[in-house]
Amino acid sequence: MDAQAVAFAIVAVVALVSGIGVVTTRNVAHAALFLLVSLASVAGVFILLVAEFLALVQVLIYGGAVTIVLLFALMLTRAEEFSNVRANPQWLVGALAAIGVFGAMGAVILNDRLDTQALQGPSLKELGGELFTNWVVPFEIASLVLLMALIGAIILARASDNDAPGSGG
Amino acid sequence: MELYHVELLSAALFAIGVYGVLARRNAVMVLMAVELMLNAATINAVAYAAFLDPGRLVGQVITVFIITVAAAEVGLAMAIILRLYRVRATANVDEADEMKG
Repeated sequence: MDAQAVAFAIVAVVALVSGIGVVTTRNVAHAALFLLVSLASVAGVFILLVAEFLALVQVLIYGGAVTIVLLFALMLTRAEEFSNVRANPQWLVGALAAIGVFGAMGAVILNDRLDTQALQGPSLKELGGELFTNWVVPFEIASLVLLMALIGAIILARASDNDAPGSGG
Repeated sequence: MELYHVELLSAALFAIGVYGVLARRNAVMVLMAVELMLNAATINAVAYAAFLDPGRLVGQVITVFIITVAAAEVGLAMAIILRLYRVRATANVDEADEMKG
């Protein structure tokens, strides 16, 4: 086993264990912190796959923004409801579905190995050039999507007068 | 590290996300599980870009867009959860089962 394989094994185990922590812990704040660890491990996987820019984006967007937004939402809603989340009675169905999904995908992955080339990644210059030439229209549309999501979130979350709990409006 | 190792990691993360979406009742927990599934998809895209695509670029560009859409999705979902909490005083997805405002 070379150093790369050892590093991959470590980040994969950390990502999976903290991922299981996200879906099993009863405390939502703990789940958000587990999610942060899992997403940071995925950034490690990106580094091993020679995608340094995406690793940086992953840490900045997921670690910096998404987790903070999740924690803010926990803070703004009632804390006591979140500190001890009960299990859903259909957890068994969920577990069976998850095992089925993993079994099906794992069987396909192991049965049908693809012919791979040597591991290598593009330079940041190539990635930026591609993004701003061949993909410039999707890039602009993505910025519009972000703008619309921002405006929509403000409109949805804005407090109005008749918003007392249970008033239905 | 072979391609199928990365694919298996991605499949396992996706399965964990499936369990989380189906088995949790709190809307914030469901959202976190959706984030795990999105991450599994991005791992696959990056792995295929690194191992299979001769140009090495398309998978990474797609991943940039997936992360962008995920960020927009989290912002909107948070607004909806806050709104739901304000109207219903709960963040339990099982209790938000009707379309009536």
